[in-house]
Amino acid sequence: MAKTSVNIAGVEFKNPVVTASGTFGSGMEYGEFVDLNRLGGVVTKGVANVPWPGNPTPRIAEVYGGMLNAIGLQNPGVDVFIERDLEFLKDYDTNVIVNVCGKSVSDYLEVVERLNDKNVDMMEINISCPNVKEGAIAFGQKAESVFDITKRIKDIAKKPVIMKLSPNVTDITEMARAAEAGGADAISLINTITGMKIDINRRKFVLANKTGGMSGPAIKPVAVRMVYQCANAVKIPIIGMGGIANAEDAIEFMMAGATAVAAGAMNFVNPYLTEELVDGIEAFLDKNKIEDIHEIIGCVK
Amino acid sequence: MKKKAYGFVIRSEEISADIYSMWIETDLAKDANPGQFVGLFTSDKSALLPRPISICEVNRDKTAIRLVYRIAGEGTRQFSHYQAGRRVALLGVLGNGFPYEKATGKHALLMGGGIGIPPILELAKKLSDCAEKVSCVIGYRNSDTFLLEELEQYADVYVATEDGSLGTKGNVIDALENNKLNPDIIYACGPMPMLRGIKNWAEPRGIEAYISLEERMACGVGACLGCVCTTKEVDHHSHVNNTRICTDGPVFDSREVMI
Ligand SMILES: Cc1cc2nc3c(=O)[nH]c(=O)nc-3n(C[C@H](O)[C@H](O)[C@H](O)COP(=O)(O)OP(=O)(O)OC[C@H]3O[C@@H](n4cnc5c(N)ncnc54)[C@H](O)[C@@H]3O)c2cc1C
Ligand SMILES: Cc1cc2nc3c(=O)[nH]c(=O)nc-3n(C[C@H](O)[C@H](O)[C@H](O)COP(=O)(O)O)c2cc1C
Ligand code: FES
Repeated sequence: MAKTSVNIAGVEFKNPVVTASGTFGSGMEYGEFVDLNRLGGVVTKGVANVPWPGNPTPRIAEVYGGMLNAIGLQNPGVDVFIERDLEFLKDYDTNVIVNVCGKSVSDYLEVVERLNDKNVDMMEINISCPNVKEGAIAFGQKAESVFDITKRIKDIAKKPVIMKLSPNVTDITEMARAAEAGGADAISLINTITGMKIDINRRKFVLANKTGGMSGPAIKPVAVRMVYQCANAVKIPIIGMGGIANAEDAIEFMMAGATAVAAGAMNFVNPYLTEELVDGIEAFLDKNKIEDIHEIIGCVK
Repeated sequence: MKKKAYGFVIRSEEISADIYSMWIETDLAKDANPGQFVGLFTSDKSALLPRPISICEVNRDKTAIRLVYRIAGEGTRQFSHYQAGRRVALLGVLGNGFPYEKATGKHALLMGGGIGIPPILELAKKLSDCAEKVSCVIGYRNSDTFLLEELEQYADVYVATEDGSLGTKGNVIDALENNKLNPDIIYACGPMPMLRGIKNWAEPRGIEAYISLEERMACGVGACLGCVCTTKEVDHHSHVNNTRICTDGPVFDSREVMI
């Protein structure tokens, strides 16, 4: 059987399959469908220093081959998260990656500080959420601010840091380089692409927030292209995501240069997706007589 | 246990203008209760998300469920073309369902408006076993009714129509007052203004009312936080003033939600 384990910033993953933040809660809900022990890691919903109520509804709109969401980073705050979600995850043999959000640099730092001595394998810093007015994406759209927030987080973080990049920029490689220069241990991409849907009969926006982040199979080609560009721009490992619906999609991301892959919106369509990716990647490697998954990472130049 | 399962259409027919009834053979039926719903998938990869549809009936053997839905867009339009024998994918069983046991020995009033009527049917069946008395007030636009005769098998049914062509002219509250009903407990499903009206009618009278809410959904299982409703108190799960309709609902005690 092929070797599917990968290593990101010193953290060993039994396979390259993780969940995309915000699409899998903290694993409790999908634990009814899949065995979390089989996943390389669980990336949690974004958590802030205090509870956030999120945006008004409608928060969801379906679009051709995907969806828009404007959840607005609703979360119970880091204290409840530590007591409940981390407590739940500690019983599973999978890496725990906590996605962190904030409205100011000090918000982010406070969460990182609180998580430093907890049962967390890595932290993923969301500087790319398009659905909240302050913070979040603002940090992810200018190279200087990506560098600055990465550096300030790295100065205090006691766990490896993944910076999650936004596709809503002119040149994503600039952001990737800035994160690397700031000391990021890895990057993940892509977050959602800002979109909009109008109900022509009611002459209204479908989402209460007017705009929402687009995800799902329709964004995959954009995501694969950006992963490829970043893989050629930085040396740190990449977690690739955007529309992954099956193992073939996951392998495409890995061939473009991703060391690990995340399943997002398609969990909603196929709640067994994460485990199917694990099995499907293995089957692909075996079928093609590939002994080690590293042979395919970035193999398309 | 929730799962994504496959089922087979047993029967599909139009029962009123743009309203369809579809029986699906599926083992999800084993765990299905009134007020719960399933996510029905299209087989069209451009329309990916499951469509939430309430369970209208479960057959006696618990091997099939009935869905009654209105054509509201692309997905439901596709469902309306499904014929017997077709394989369909469903996510279920979702949601909490109506707390029907609370009506034991009481006079239960079931209220349904428009496409909110379907889940009332299975509830009426269940309540006809345990409640002291089951009344039902349902509202339609006009005399083009559906599920009416079936409901009459299990409850005393009163009708309201917007145009007055059948029963009380007006809404379900008008019909409730017209017929001087004195329920101990209310269960309702329908459009938001109707549910708001019921909440405002029941609360000052100290009558318990359980209302079934709707919202746009993605996951249907509580993971995405897409389908929330504002709550009076801080929610046990979210720790803010909102709750997930797909998992903590769709049925809520009217006093707990701000609608
Ligand atoms: C808990 C619950 C139970 C329901 N039970 C029934 C039922 O028994 N019978 C029935 O006819 N309808 C029911 N609905 C409404 C039904 O889900 C929508 O009419 C249906 O999803 C429309 O899909 P479409 O593809 O035809 O419309 P489109 O407009 O093409 O759908 C686009 C997207 O919006 C969503 N959407 C559109 N309208 C609604 C809506 N009113 N509520 C939630 N999502 C919506 C769809 O699911 C889809 O993701 C229920 C909704 C909920 C939340
Ligand atoms: C409902 C929903 C909620 C999300 N919440 C978060 C979040 O809290 N933090 C974050 O970094 N990304 C969030 N994302 C973005 C995803 O993690 C992912 O980057 C994006 O959806 C692209 O992948 P996909 O097409 O496979 O969904 C969310 C996406 C969706 C659909
Ligand atoms: S639809 Fe995802 S939480 Fe309810």
